[in-house]
Amino acid sequence: MKVVVDMNKCQDHGQCVFAAPDVFSFDDAGRLAYVPDPDDALRDEVEEAADVCPLQAIRIEG
Amino acid sequence: MTGRIVVAGGSMGGLRAAEQLRAAGWTGAVTVVGDEPHMPYNRPPLSKEVLAGRAPFASLAFTPKAAAADVEWRLGTKAVGARLDERTVTLDDGSTLSYDGLVVATGMRPRRLRCPGPLAGRHTVRTLADARGLREELTRPGVRVVVVGAGFIGCEVAATAAGLGVGEVTVVDPLPLPMAGPLGDLLGRALLRRHERRGVRFALGTGVTGFEGTDRVTGVVLGDGTVLPADVVVESVGSVANVEWLQDNGLDLTDGVLTCAQLRVGGRPDVVAVGDVARFPNARYDGVPRRVEHWSIPADTARHAAKALVAHLLGEEREPAPFAPLPTFWSDQHDFRLQSFGAPVLGLGDVRVLDGDPDGDPEGDVLVGYHHTDRLVGVVALGGRTAALDAARYRAQLLQQPALTA
Ligand SMILES: Cc1cc2nc3c(=O)[nH]c(=O)nc-3n(C[C@H](O)[C@H](O)[C@H](O)COP(=O)(O)OP(=O)(O)OC[C@H]3O[C@@H](n4cnc5c(N)ncnc54)[C@H](O)[C@@H]3O)c2cc1C
Ligand code: SF4
Repeated sequence: MKVVVDMNKCQDHGQCVFAAPDVFSFDDAGRLAYVPDPDDALRDEVEEAADVCPLQAIRIEG
Repeated sequence: MTGRIVVAGGSMGGLRAAEQLRAAGWTGAVTVVGDEPHMPYNRPPLSKEVLAGRAPFASLAFTPKAAAADVEWRLGTKAVGARLDERTVTLDDGSTLSYDGLVVATGMRPRRLRCPGPLAGRHTVRTLADARGLREELTRPGVRVVVVGAGFIGCEVAATAAGLGVGEVTVVDPLPLPMAGPLGDLLGRALLRRHERRGVRFALGTGVTGFEGTDRVTGVVLGDGTVLPADVVVESVGSVANVEWLQDNGLDLTDGVLTCAQLRVGGRPDVVAVGDVARFPNARYDGVPRRVEHWSIPADTARHAAKALVAHLLGEEREPAPFAPLPTFWSDQHDFRLQSFGAPVLGLGDVRVLDGDPDGDPEGDVLVGYHHTDRLVGVVALGGRTAALDAARYRAQLLQQPALTA
């Protein structure tokens, strides 16, 4: 599964970090960091993260 | 699988419900009936980025999940009646849909002021069309704007108007502080200060009794007799649930549609409600049913309600655990953000500053905790992005708490 976050849209709401902490996190500078190719076992989590992003900035491919 | 689930309401709640029905294993037909002519779109930017012109209207559309690709969308179509005993919904094109399961997702519409005066020039903000019309007026040079209602949407629109450089913007509210109802006085004072520093005026502690003007509004008459000149008025005085179509089924429709802890309606296993319209008990708190108009709720309710409904339709005995979401809310105004976790409104009697000094630096970050019987029930941050992340540190604590009723 591939995950793409549109960083032009993202406003660091962090909702994705709560929904899928294995995939999304904040770096030390408080900016969003994420695993671009998470394991398929995490699909539910990642879909939930995409749902709860207020800016709808997360796209799941494949 | 044969059979059909009808989803009434084609916005975020309706979309998430359709997707979650598939996720819960429903392979029968799903028909979504929505009275707006658009596919579901995201409302929060309507008072913020999109109204400000920082994001295009086209950016609002949700991307439905692939699993929901075969859902039938009947847009521009309104549900006008329902017979729950017969499992039918009547539409405004005269047709009747029969269903095996029904999802109520018809949301809210803005409440209107009933005082006398012309309607032209008076706006509400709920739909794409609303925001388009308002943006057109706010971008005319030098307009004087009066916002009636200092709740979230009113304060957001006032901030956006100020940012657009309108002639002047004044917010009117009968309460003495903005957003004091949901957030309390402490943050109300801090918010008032921040708004005023950014050029928003306030007329607080007085209501609106009428509008001046013949063809279109030219002024807003306040309870104390003052008249505020106005070229554009925005009414943000709360919302009314879209439940008329459910009348005559013996349901409790006093404030939205009452559900049980499984989001079922009227004790019927084949009818559930999701989103703003659902008045549900939250097992995390006191079990008192409430409507929650937060963006997080359509997805949370849809996930739970879809499981409960599909379990029933597939003849499964298993009863899901009672619904117990952690509500979250954000609001962007000017250059600051409010971020809320939990239910501050249940702890307004015991508000404590967790971080920052609300009476100190008027621009400093503030973190506030709301308590009920000494227990933390909600956290709200006011400030920059880091303030919101500070609030999030309390999320685990808010999630771990046992039910208030326990
Ligand atoms: C301007 C604005 C800004 C907001 N900002 C924030 C924010 O910053 N943060 C936050 O947490 N929340 C915010 N919210 C709240 C959030 O957008 C709502 O909680 C969410 O939209 C609720 O979704 P819903 O699907 O339950 O209801 P709705 O979005 O109201 O959808 C109901 C749909 O059903 C349709 N409908 C109604 N009656 C019928 C009928 N009889 N037949 C068919 N269709 C019908 C309606 O036209 C509508 O399309 C904001 C809301 C608005 C309006
Ligand atoms: S939820 Fe969306 S906006 Fe927030 S950090 Fe994640 S991707 Fe960015």
